[in-house]
Amino acid sequence: MIPMNMVTPPPELAAITALQSKLVEALRPILPEYALLWEPEDTIPYECDGLAAYRRMPLAVALPETEAQVSQILKVCFAMQIPVVPRGAGTGLSGGAMPISQGLVLSLAKLKKIIKIDPFTRTAVVQPGVRNLAISEAVAHLGLYYAPDPSSQIACSIGGNVNENSGGVHCLKYGLTLHNVLRVRGILMNGEIVEFGSHAPDSPGLDLLAVVIGSEGMLAVVTEVTVKLVAKPKLARVIMASFDNIEKGGDAVAAIIAAGIIPAGLEMMDKATTRAVEEFVHAGYDLEAEVILLCESDGTPEEVEEEIERMTRVLENAGASGIRISQDESERLKFWSGRKNAFPAAGRLAADYYCMDGTIPRRHIATLLRRIQAMEKKYGLACLNVFHAGDGNMHPLILFNGADQEEWHRAEDFGTEILEACVELDGTITGEHGVGIEKINTMCVQFGEGERESFWGVKSAFDPERLMNPNKAIPTLSRCAEYGRMRISGGKLPHPELERF
Amino acid sequence: MSYGKVDSNPQIDQFREQILAAAQTQTPLSIQGGGTKAWYGNVNTFTKLDTRAYSGILEYQPEELVITACAGTPLKDITAALAEKNQILPFEPPHFGEGATFGGAIAAGLAGPGRITAGNLRDFVLGARIMDGKGQALSFGGKVMKNVAGYDISRLLPGSLGTLALLLEASVKVLPKPAATATLRCSLPQARALTLLNEWAGQPIPLSASCWIGSTSSDQVGELTIRLAGAVAAVKSAIPLINSVINTTELDPNVATAFWTDLREQQLSVFTNLQDDETLYRLALPAACGPLTLSNGQDDIALEWHGQQRWFKAPSDDTTFTAIKNLANIHGGHASRFRQGSHVDPSKQRFTLLSEQTHSAALEAVQARLRAAFDPAGVFATHRLP
Repeated sequence: MIPMNMVTPPPELAAITALQSKLVEALRPILPEYALLWEPEDTIPYECDGLAAYRRMPLAVALPETEAQVSQILKVCFAMQIPVVPRGAGTGLSGGAMPISQGLVLSLAKLKKIIKIDPFTRTAVVQPGVRNLAISEAVAHLGLYYAPDPSSQIACSIGGNVNENSGGVHCLKYGLTLHNVLRVRGILMNGEIVEFGSHAPDSPGLDLLAVVIGSEGMLAVVTEVTVKLVAKPKLARVIMASFDNIEKGGDAVAAIIAAGIIPAGLEMMDKATTRAVEEFVHAGYDLEAEVILLCESDGTPEEVEEEIERMTRVLENAGASGIRISQDESERLKFWSGRKNAFPAAGRLAADYYCMDGTIPRRHIATLLRRIQAMEKKYGLACLNVFHAGDGNMHPLILFNGADQEEWHRAEDFGTEILEACVELDGTITGEHGVGIEKINTMCVQFGEGERESFWGVKSAFDPERLMNPNKAIPTLSRCAEYGRMRISGGKLPHPELERF
Repeated sequence: MSYGKVDSNPQIDQFREQILAAAQTQTPLSIQGGGTKAWYGNVNTFTKLDTRAYSGILEYQPEELVITACAGTPLKDITAALAEKNQILPFEPPHFGEGATFGGAIAAGLAGPGRITAGNLRDFVLGARIMDGKGQALSFGGKVMKNVAGYDISRLLPGSLGTLALLLEASVKVLPKPAATATLRCSLPQARALTLLNEWAGQPIPLSASCWIGSTSSDQVGELTIRLAGAVAAVKSAIPLINSVINTTELDPNVATAFWTDLREQQLSVFTNLQDDETLYRLALPAACGPLTLSNGQDDIALEWHGQQRWFKAPSDDTTFTAIKNLANIHGGHASRFRQGSHVDPSKQRFTLLSEQTHSAALEAVQARLRAAFDPAGVFATHRLP
């Protein structure tokens, strides 16, 4: 969706070729011929992940099929001091799996076995390449499912979910990956096998599992995950509420939570989005509403009835201009179809769109939406807003034409300003997509020098040579300095109250 | 030296002075709040760094489901503020005394009966402000539910027992108090209780806590108490469902509240009356683990968290502890000497060591490097947590 305008020219070609030959020779004894790729026609599919704006060709791509192979590959790379970029399904949206021109891409896609399903303990042990949705499909007959449901769940892998601490529509009630993973088996850069967490409720020592989850593939390569399964609710129903102004919609979100209700899902779309998706899915959205809220309740039929009634009352008191409640499963899915198809609908409106991912406290939702409206004028670009309102996680979709280089830069600046606004409103630059390469500069806005140093301390504790997915997520001092200079306009640094370097 | 985000709070400056002085003289500081859990973890006699002067709720907006407070804030003030807005700390941290502090609860990382369904204390920590061993005040995480900017350092603190950094402030997710609760009790053998609890947990039943108390010496009947919590309709419909499997008696709400509080605070007889040379052992075990019998059998044993946390008293000697650790290890868990009797050598190791677990050498090295990164001079190297 984003133009191929950021291909980095390869450095010293001859040196790269020599290094490539050396690496391929070293890896050949470990992998079958088909599992080691280095010709450009074979490696080009790996030049980027879901963030296609940032691309780079790797030295080679390894596709191991066993944990032992992963360990051996890492030992070879460690000995040769070659960086390794772990990669799952490649659906990440922040360039976390973008290759390094002098590094290896380590694809975990072939490790896709569901090793064990235990209905009694409500757990599943799976390899990292297993798709998120495949876990729920495999345990559906037991009345169980895996709760975290990122939008890409049909394609994204559980190993990637661990690295990004993925969430989704249902994480307000059921938690993120962190809350649903008991144990991660992984391999450090030197090839050593380690286990974080356990099947018991806690483990001896410091809680390293907590820091490995969400570490963007920079600390260890995931080779096995034990996930928690939860009982599938008997019923789910959704309320679709319209509001004639943004503030009322934002206040309604806060009112639901303040009433002591934690909905199974609480999502919001602005007018531009509902108009874009209605044409696409014909869900019967109120096209005059400034914002639409989707509030889902799940549980036993009695529970759902009680919660739907309470939520309806709260939404009415919050000034909803219209309320519809799904009467059956097909209508529930219809109501959701627009939210689920917001991204493809955006793709129909413009040649390209840039999907952002910031989080703010719920009470600031309306403030941020108003600011984004002003930014649309400032940058001369339209923006659709769909988001997980229940947890304040925004996904503004900035529409632009990638064929126009200047317009892409405007879109980038627009996105950066949204993220800076999120930090200013006590939020964060990324809720669930990760920092990767995309948001590495805005890390300098959110964190000061001491925090940055501590992040490097964590990185070095796991990977002292800094070879595993290097130069992602955690900026260097020089990068922050450069970014600071870059963002100074009229002699003023954005958010001067934040200490940086 | 950079001090992270600028803060002119005099109390924070005082902490910094104390930490920098300790770094210079290379004498560790033992961080302590109310001292209600001073007995927990390996003991030491290092100089105390008292957190209680840095106290107060900094921000609490019920509709955000987040409370931010200073480490020295009394835990009872936090729970009282939440109760006023009908909200709770769902992991039910034990206080173990009047003076328990917010920071102490986080550093101990302990959770009460609600942990089995609500999640661990660490699951609810959203952000933290700490002071590292270099005297830098640093902020990690934040006040929002979803945040993947940088490594999740704030979640490394729960259970670290003050061995990594000084916690200054923390933001913790809270939840609404369940609309309805009911406590049911019945008599049945341990194995049957464990089977039923795991079966119920896999069904849409609002099971929020469980406790079986009995003896391991034979297949004797014990007393199972379970708590249902959730929507009124959910609790109401679950009771006949459970009674269709086993006859239970519903406890009077006051009796029920007292029971769960006593369990959380370890005031039931299974925890109290510790002999001088005895230890209260804690086992953390996977869900599938059935009844475990020690060679000498135990008269009183308490099983919480559907059997994943088990408590009993046994002699403190190393041979007994080794046997208990091995038993837990075989079943995929670990053991600790949770609380020791007054005549037990205080220098005795309290926890299962990493080296006693599989795949541990690499993790030991990672932990050591992590500690060195946050605390290069060893200011917090009190070894309360090995």
